[in-house]
Amino acid sequence: MSETSYDIVIGLEIHVQLLTASKLFCGCSTKFGAPPNTQTCPVCTGMPGSLPVMNRRAFELGLRTALALNCQIAPFTKWDRKNYYYPDLPKGYQISQFDLPFSSEGWLEISDPKGKIEPRRIGIIRAHLEEDAGKSMHDEAAGQADSRIDLNRTGTPLLEIVSKPDMRSPAEAKAFLTELKLLLTYLEVSDCNMQEGSLRVDANVNLHIPTPDGKIATPIVEIKNMNSFRAVERALTYEAARQYEVWQETGQKIGDIPKQTRGWDDVANITRGQRHKEESSDYRYFPDPDLVPVTVTEATVADARAALGELPAALRTRLEATFGLTPYDSDVIVNQGKRGVEYFLELATHSGDGKLASNWFQQDVLRTLTEQKIEIDQFGLRPERLAGLLQKVRGKEIDTSRAREVFAAMATSQKSAAEVMAELGIVQVDESQLVELCRELLAANPKIVADIKEGRGKAAGALIGQAKKKNPNVNPGRLMEICLELAQGM
Amino acid sequence: MSVHELSASELIAQLNAGEITSTELTRACLDRIERYDDRVQAFLQVGAESALEQAQAIDQKRKQKQPVGPLAGLPVGIKDLLCTQGVVTTCGSKMLEHFRPPYDATVIARLKQADAVLLGRLNLDEFAMGGSCENSAYFPTRNPWDLERIPGGSSGGSAAAVAAGMLPLTLGTDTGGSIRLPAGLCGVTGLKPSYGRVSRYGLVAFASSLDQIGPFGQTAEDCALALEVIAGHDPHDSTSVAQPVPAYRAALRQPLEGLRLGIVREHFGEGLDAEVEKAVREALRVYESLGAKLVDISLPHAKYGVAVYYLIAPCEASSNLARYDGAHYGHRTDEKAMHKQLAEERAVLQAAGNERGLGQLDSALVRMYRASRAEGFGAEVKRRIMLGTYALSAGYYDAYYLKALRVRRLIRQDFDEAFRQVDLIAGPVSAAPAFRIGEKADDPLSMYLVDLYTVSANLAGIAGISVPCGISQSGLPIGLQLQAPAFGEEKLLAGAHLYQQATDWHRRRPQLP
Repeated sequence: MSETSYDIVIGLEIHVQLLTASKLFCGCSTKFGAPPNTQTCPVCTGMPGSLPVMNRRAFELGLRTALALNCQIAPFTKWDRKNYYYPDLPKGYQISQFDLPFSSEGWLEISDPKGKIEPRRIGIIRAHLEEDAGKSMHDEAAGQADSRIDLNRTGTPLLEIVSKPDMRSPAEAKAFLTELKLLLTYLEVSDCNMQEGSLRVDANVNLHIPTPDGKIATPIVEIKNMNSFRAVERALTYEAARQYEVWQETGQKIGDIPKQTRGWDDVANITRGQRHKEESSDYRYFPDPDLVPVTVTEATVADARAALGELPAALRTRLEATFGLTPYDSDVIVNQGKRGVEYFLELATHSGDGKLASNWFQQDVLRTLTEQKIEIDQFGLRPERLAGLLQKVRGKEIDTSRAREVFAAMATSQKSAAEVMAELGIVQVDESQLVELCRELLAANPKIVADIKEGRGKAAGALIGQAKKKNPNVNPGRLMEICLELAQGM
Repeated sequence: MSVHELSASELIAQLNAGEITSTELTRACLDRIERYDDRVQAFLQVGAESALEQAQAIDQKRKQKQPVGPLAGLPVGIKDLLCTQGVVTTCGSKMLEHFRPPYDATVIARLKQADAVLLGRLNLDEFAMGGSCENSAYFPTRNPWDLERIPGGSSGGSAAAVAAGMLPLTLGTDTGGSIRLPAGLCGVTGLKPSYGRVSRYGLVAFASSLDQIGPFGQTAEDCALALEVIAGHDPHDSTSVAQPVPAYRAALRQPLEGLRLGIVREHFGEGLDAEVEKAVREALRVYESLGAKLVDISLPHAKYGVAVYYLIAPCEASSNLARYDGAHYGHRTDEKAMHKQLAEERAVLQAAGNERGLGQLDSALVRMYRASRAEGFGAEVKRRIMLGTYALSAGYYDAYYLKALRVRRLIRQDFDEAFRQVDLIAGPVSAAPAFRIGEKADDPLSMYLVDLYTVSANLAGIAGISVPCGISQSGLPIGLQLQAPAFGEEKLLAGAHLYQQATDWHRRRPQLP
């Protein structure tokens, strides 16, 4: 059977650490990388008698994200306790939101500028706030089953975003994550660093397989331990194939076996079944009596909505409409983040040519950032100054290859385009001078003249090098135009 | 009168007037503890040295005419459930036998700020679970009026210490009656403030939506004095209410002509001891003679109070006590022995080729949890954790917890309705005077019924006070309970004060052998 004979059904659960200075229910710092257990207090270590107090900032960041995900905001929300035992959970319960999450029923549109997937909306079931657990480090070297606990992370605010099972391919799942991460970056609610665990993804996947007896669904598998978006894509691809094989072997359908959890092994490129739990977990959720419910007024929602700013999808549309950019170009620019877009917008405005600005931004500016391993904020060539060079390119005062030399010099100095051009001796060659030079070159190259006359216009290209030797400032484009014209008349 | 017969308010007046020093008073308390506490056993720990140091520092302050706090130099005892930085806080449990909190409960910080002398830690039912003080993991406290009888619980040590004249003022906590009941059974005055009036930060939680800290003293005035110190909003407790703290002592003298006193029909039904009924009715007549108007009222859902309480409180407790797992602090089982046993069991199963048995063996972590909790908790705590765990489980939640919450709302509405007609509600604290130690030990259900008249106030979040109103023929104190709407402490205390101005039951002291 071919690959297309079944549908892959994917839903994602994403945990996002919110960029607050302090934890969700106490004043401890959330900074990553401090020595173990140095960012703790009686509250986040679950000391007897300690009580949580909600961090309003975390709620605001959650609200902002939920609005950007087009979610409904609940006017009344509460905190619940999720009870389970684990050494990195010092209270024996996690404060989370169960039946009344602060937001639900949203969507995020995904698209692919390369056209591999159709643009469409992926539903969001809910987004809720909860506290993170600590970290367990198991050191089983030399047979010593020694576990260590770091509670620095305990109590860090997390936003859990649960998508609907709306994705139909690993590529769509990756596109969703990429777009979500971009959105979170624009909202400045998270640094989305997967290595540091500030963005974590679990995936639920199964197959819908058409059979002569109708469509059947395979058992749902939850995949964990995916440390990059690429890993998500690969794990889903692997898992779909694995489930199809298992179905062919066993015919197992959803409901035949309990929901399975599998971990992605990034080295072996496979998912592995995780230890089977004897009994299904019962978290005994109930409202946390230590915290008061939160009421969210319409005014609060309106204020948060107004403060959202322009988000990626709207920005892409604006870049395409205002500057005539292709979806591909607008996507590359918007993917650079807020600062990148600001840079581009200034460049485009000051240079007066959006497409030219887009080319220079993507090819030259981004390349330089990569080479120098810097962020756009640290790039010394500010857009107004670069726009000066682009204006000269536009006015054909300088050709692209010489303009690149000027760009390189501008990037390492504070000089204007004109100053650099003067230093490099770049002056615009007078039209009559250029015509004179063309005549000379054609006279010296009768073979090329003949070729041109026979319709092989490209032959004139050989003259550019000769011309550059005589005068490095000649504009190759204009030179070609004049040569072709003159040759026809010879 | 000797100092141990004086009330906290009277002692504060003497301290301020320079008639007695804090050092003298503290020494007098320590002497009395020395003399009687081996029989009463109210204290889990007495910090004599530290208390005398504090007392001397405050005497020094007074001598140097520095400003002092409202409790300056007064020895105060603390129920061993309130975290005090660096001081072992056992909660009456083996689980926390050596636990030293790294922080002060808000009430402790406020007592320190008020220049009180923190003198000792008072016994309680383990994690405040009990009505007799017999559930302490260490020893039962005895009723100073009859050492063969219970002092009531859970704040039994706090009540007994005041009754025995060992301390003028103590703090306790009340989740279902744990202040009012022992106050009533020990013949002292005990106040349970409205939920949210006093910060719970640092109160080791039993049932978070019901727990509240309150004082024990000889008089309502003592309670007013203490409440002024401990009440008020605390940014560390979201459930503490941001309402200004009235001048409770000044409010004691408010005129109460025409006070409408609600008498709950259901309180005088079956099961109420005849002597208790007589004493309470006599107290009501005193109120009438003082110009109060008795109003017959009904709290139709009060009869469900105990049932609702014994669902909500264990549910919250099962979660609140999950943190005592041996992983971070508190009792941990002997790991060596645990690992050894695990290895032995594994070897036996391996030898028998019992794969299934091997698969079912608990991990070392789970064994550590199980053993630590089995060893660290007493029977009553385990019973309540099991009740709560069961009631919160999938499939039972709606039938038990959710239904209990609904009935809780009805109970609250009953009070709302009642307080539209009356200013205060008056009735018994308990159905009978103190019972004998061990009498109900094998009958948890009848033990739970001691909370019959008190739990509703916790469920409704209202305030209540227990004041002495009689002595039984066998010489045991009888308590009168007054209840006020949430944040109605001013009128509640004034109502109790009015009665104590007209009677002297609160002045009666047990004859300690």
